[in-house]
Amino acid sequence: MHIIQELLFVIAFGIAVYLFYRKARQIRQNILLGRDVSLNDDPAARWKNVLLLAFGQKKMFRNPLVAVLHFFVYAGFLIINVEILEIILDGILGKHRLFAPLLGSLYPVLIGCFEILAALVTIGCAIFLVRRNIVKVKRLNQHELDGWPRSDANYILVTEIVLMLLFLTMNTADQALQLRGHEHYINTGTFWVSGYFVPLFSGLSDGALIGIERGCWWLHILGILAFLNYLPYSKHLHIILAFPNAYYADLRPKGKVENMPAVQKEVQLMLQPELAAAEAPAADIPKFGAKDVPDLTWKNVLDAYSCTECGRCTAACPANITGKKLSPRKIMMDTRDRAEEIGLQIAKSGSFTEDGKTLLRDYITEEELRACTSCNACVQECPVSINPLHIILQLRRHLVMEESSAPQEWNMMFSNIENNMAPWKMSPDDRDKWAVEMNG
Amino acid sequence: MQIKTMAEYFANGETPEILFWVGCAGSFDQRAQKITKAFATILDKVGVRFAILGKEESCTGDPARRAGNEFIFQMMAQNNIAVLNGYEVKKIVTACPHCFNTLRNEYPELGGHYEVIHHATYLQQLIDDGKIRMQESGSFKGRKITYHDSCYLGRANNIYEAPRKVLEALDAELVEMKRCKSNGLCCGAGGAQMFKEEEKGTTRINFERGREAVDTGASVIAANCPFCMTMLTDGVKEQGKEDNVQVLDIAEMIAQQMV
Ligand code: SF4
Ligand code: SF4
Repeated sequence: MHIIQELLFVIAFGIAVYLFYRKARQIRQNILLGRDVSLNDDPAARWKNVLLLAFGQKKMFRNPLVAVLHFFVYAGFLIINVEILEIILDGILGKHRLFAPLLGSLYPVLIGCFEILAALVTIGCAIFLVRRNIVKVKRLNQHELDGWPRSDANYILVTEIVLMLLFLTMNTADQALQLRGHEHYINTGTFWVSGYFVPLFSGLSDGALIGIERGCWWLHILGILAFLNYLPYSKHLHIILAFPNAYYADLRPKGKVENMPAVQKEVQLMLQPELAAAEAPAADIPKFGAKDVPDLTWKNVLDAYSCTECGRCTAACPANITGKKLSPRKIMMDTRDRAEEIGLQIAKSGSFTEDGKTLLRDYITEEELRACTSCNACVQECPVSINPLHIILQLRRHLVMEESSAPQEWNMMFSNIENNMAPWKMSPDDRDKWAVEMNG
Repeated sequence: MQIKTMAEYFANGETPEILFWVGCAGSFDQRAQKITKAFATILDKVGVRFAILGKEESCTGDPARRAGNEFIFQMMAQNNIAVLNGYEVKKIVTACPHCFNTLRNEYPELGGHYEVIHHATYLQQLIDDGKIRMQESGSFKGRKITYHDSCYLGRANNIYEAPRKVLEALDAELVEMKRCKSNGLCCGAGGAQMFKEEEKGTTRINFERGREAVDTGASVIAANCPFCMTMLTDGVKEQGKEDNVQVLDIAEMIAQQMV
């Protein structure tokens, strides 16, 4: 009997890990669809970002109440992993509470802490459900979340609550059995939360208690394995990717726009033709800006997979606040959706062939892109170091440089700069008129 | 006052302490010219030897780059850098956060390395050094002032305190808007939006910001950017408050009040 349970566990565990590995590899490939950029300078600053932004959740604390609740859920997640480790080892080895004899009197303290965290996670998730579905916080109810994204968020919260309740119920049954001196259930001492609920189970037979304990154990661990495999399809992938994303976060001042060396060179040759002789002609015509996911950088795609769809960016976006179509969150969701679509196609046919669609227009419209003021509010707000503006600017570059598509007023501005050295139609001779006036 | 160009300094074999980068708005926009003149007056009063580029200055290329036209940006940038390097410029002060950001963050990798200072920081230094002194009972004393963080000085370059310090010197009562500092709301002009109509929405960004500024009850809205100036002035008008609420650049306020 025992050996069958162990075997079943090992099989379930193996399948879950394998499936997760396969999907993780797929996502890695999708991220690497993006063009290469080197983001390895200044490792000290990068590790600091990981500590502050990912572990420390610094940006979350821009909104302290939500930050505390989120911190419970997050700490619960991190620490409960220790408990899951015990469960996995128990499952494989057919043991029960493997760590209890090893840790002695420390064990119930540890489990007690986990239980308190489990209770806090439950409360946190419940409040988050209320904020989403009853209070209807604006940023959590904008229309780009219609359909799957909204259900996704709710599924996760409900699942977390269920998993935590299973854990607490399991412990309660375990304690009841310990108190009855059941031989398999070694006495660990009272747990801090489930201890209070033991009397509820007093009327049950030993068999029923064992049934509850085992049932919860299995549902808890299977639930966790299922959760693991749900992550890559969900915005909750951020619990993993927030860490690398913080490491690779932009270290440049936010106002700095990425340079385009190809254009730099071309203009240089134009201004100083004498340099041209020494230059080897360029091998191929470079692409300007981005039209689709492969034209973006891999960091842009990593950003997209890290996005939690929290909408802090959108809530701070001046364009969105004033009713424009632009939503930086949607830019990130679109990029992820398109990367998934391309990845799926590659998985099917081996390579990416034109499918008649592009990120630009099929997902993100010109109207959205045009509305951005490059104010960096979205970049400032994002708790997981995502830069929606970088994507917007690259798509704008494609529009203007590859398609010459710009509003008429911008075309006038361009030609004014070119001809008059100023964005307005003013004579360069008048540039110092104010000084002449002052000199009197 | 005698405002000299870099060329004039150079011809005399002299070098000025700083180059005052005026920017297109500061040069051509009628309202912004007042800011330019105010800042030049301050420099002159404290005896800083400064030069302008005059007709040799061109657009930094900021709006072109942000609209997506990298070619025009590069043309402007490389020309400007050639001029600046030709005069061996070391230190640049500008009253425009967009010029400041581009000169400081984007020119170095194209070969233009300068110490670039925004006038808010420069004014703060002059005040700290005791070079600018204020009248005893200035006309801003005790008045409610609110300060609008420009995105390109604030979020883009993390400068939030210097302009506030400058306002403190006026002995006014600084009231913050609901969205300020790193939470600040854009005026709506950045990213080349200044040069086109806004996309369709429920309101305009500068109307939203104008409302927020007027709601503080301040009688002066302090700005540090010629584009914010235009946008906020418009936003105040939309509220019908142009007779009660002034929009002023910090340089104008200092120029008015210094002894
Ligand atoms: S940078 Fe653009 S997308 Fe981001 S908040 Fe500002 S206007 Fe919105
Ligand atoms: S980009 Fe960042 S701030 Fe915006 S929704 Fe995604 S995680 Fe939230």
